[in-house]
Amino acid sequence: MTVEQIVFYVFATLTILSALGVVTVRNSVQAVLCLVLTFFSAAVLWMLLEAEFLAVALVLVYVGAVMVLFLFVVMMLDVDFASLKQGFTRYVPLGILVAIGLLIGLYWVLRGEVFGLEAMPEPAKHAADHSNVETLGLLLYTDYFYAFEIAGVILLVSIVAAISLTFRGRRERRGQSVPSQHRASKDERLHIIKMDAEVAQDDESETDDSEKAAGKNRDQTKGETS
Amino acid sequence: MIDMILDGLWIGFKISLILLPLILAVAYTTFAERKLIGYMQLRLGPNRVGPKGWLQPIADVIKLLMKEIVIPSGANKLLFLIAPVLFIAPSFAAWAVIPFNAELVLADINVGLLYILAMTSIAVYGVIIAGWASNSKYALLGSLRSASQIVSYEIAMGFALVAVLMASGSMNLGEIVKAQEGPFWHWYWIPLLPILAVYWISGVAETNRAPFDLPEGESEIVAGFHVEYAGIGFALFFLAEYANMILISVLTALFFFGGWLNPFMGIPYFEAATDWIPGTAWLLIKAAWFLFMMIWLRATFPRYRYDQVMRLGWKVFIPVTVVWLIVLTFMIKAGVGPWFTGRGVL
Repeated sequence: MTVEQIVFYVFATLTILSALGVVTVRNSVQAVLCLVLTFFSAAVLWMLLEAEFLAVALVLVYVGAVMVLFLFVVMMLDVDFASLKQGFTRYVPLGILVAIGLLIGLYWVLRGEVFGLEAMPEPAKHAADHSNVETLGLLLYTDYFYAFEIAGVILLVSIVAAISLTFRGRRERRGQSVPSQHRASKDERLHIIKMDAEVAQDDESETDDSEKAAGKNRDQTKGETS
Repeated sequence: MIDMILDGLWIGFKISLILLPLILAVAYTTFAERKLIGYMQLRLGPNRVGPKGWLQPIADVIKLLMKEIVIPSGANKLLFLIAPVLFIAPSFAAWAVIPFNAELVLADINVGLLYILAMTSIAVYGVIIAGWASNSKYALLGSLRSASQIVSYEIAMGFALVAVLMASGSMNLGEIVKAQEGPFWHWYWIPLLPILAVYWISGVAETNRAPFDLPEGESEIVAGFHVEYAGIGFALFFLAEYANMILISVLTALFFFGGWLNPFMGIPYFEAATDWIPGTAWLLIKAAWFLFMMIWLRATFPRYRYDQVMRLGWKVFIPVTVVWLIVLTFMIKAGVGPWFTGRGVL
């Protein structure tokens, strides 16, 4: 067994087990963490396919950003499992039907004639200095330029849609206004008074601590009144 | 089979060559921090354990290792124990792609830049899980703060790295440094000055350091996400935070200050006089300066208010980076020297 094979089998098993965990684990936070693990091990499998850019992007975007927000939401939810289980028996036949449909569809796409070694021969391995990123960039900005731009526009539309869906007009809030805080200057708040330094007039022999403290007090009151 | 095992052992040996000095560096960064902040506040800092206090970090480590691990009641045991590991593993894993000089790098991969971003973004799971699994309100609040802070600043950081990528034309960290070849005004800190500021401050925010240490905010939520951790669990969080600080410092040196390059390269006399200094030493000197800056920041600035943190990330840094990306495009296309000579088309 080569290193690649070991890595493949380990992470393929991990992908399947964690994917099963997503639907079987009782706690919803743990289910999301299982999903994170699924994404991560799928990224490792992509790495084995020499798609290092996609693999790292999967970790960066899905694991690092999307799932964090997902986890946020799930952590805040109070899921009532009893009510979730209520309709289980009623929906089982439908669920089985959907599962069978999905299986047939997957088989149709992945069966031997379409996806086997004859139909799709094993691609040649690239040299170690082959830059996957560069190839991807060249393809995206030449052959698939329109598809890329359309995807960008769709993403932009979804951003606008998300904002317009959640934006419920300006609200009057009692929050701090940062611009007005920045505009505040020293002149408005602080009044600096220039005065001559006060030199202690007392005899040098009388400089015990209590006298000093008294002197300090006197200075302070003077500073305030002037 | 034997070859495979030997290969594995050899890689393990190389990993230990990076990690053991790193852990030692972390230990002495904590010491340096206490000493430096001490002197900045007119105190002496730790000076009792060993000569001049030099054994203080060792004593701290032993103390933390000997402590009992306390698992709070109602905590999710597995997740509670696994969280510190999830926090520290990515911050160590990111070191795999750091080039210490032109040849000395563990994994010379093409997507090094993205890999580092991915690793730093995974670390947030450790924080979230720690907060959630400890079954404590303070910990949960701390982890929520930390997660939203990391996610927000990651965007600005990612954009800043896009600028570095555009300037150097590569995602390989070694190539990025080689693209800056020359004396110190050839480095990217001049054409990417606003980006440097954004990256550096986002880096401080991502490591949850002061003035962005709201996830730990002692005055409000005790110690934030790791309030329930004692002993080794706390030690791991601590270790990871300082490992992240060192990582951000090294990365800033690599991206903007020419990594292992000699600052006097190509200047007569100066180059000859500093030729004996190895590249790794230059990298470490530059990184040490940024590490010092982080500690200095902590001693100088008060903590941000939470809305200020969010405002800075979303309303200041992201627009600045986007504008500078456009400026940078024109600079590259105009072939502004000495950084982009030969790449101009105008």
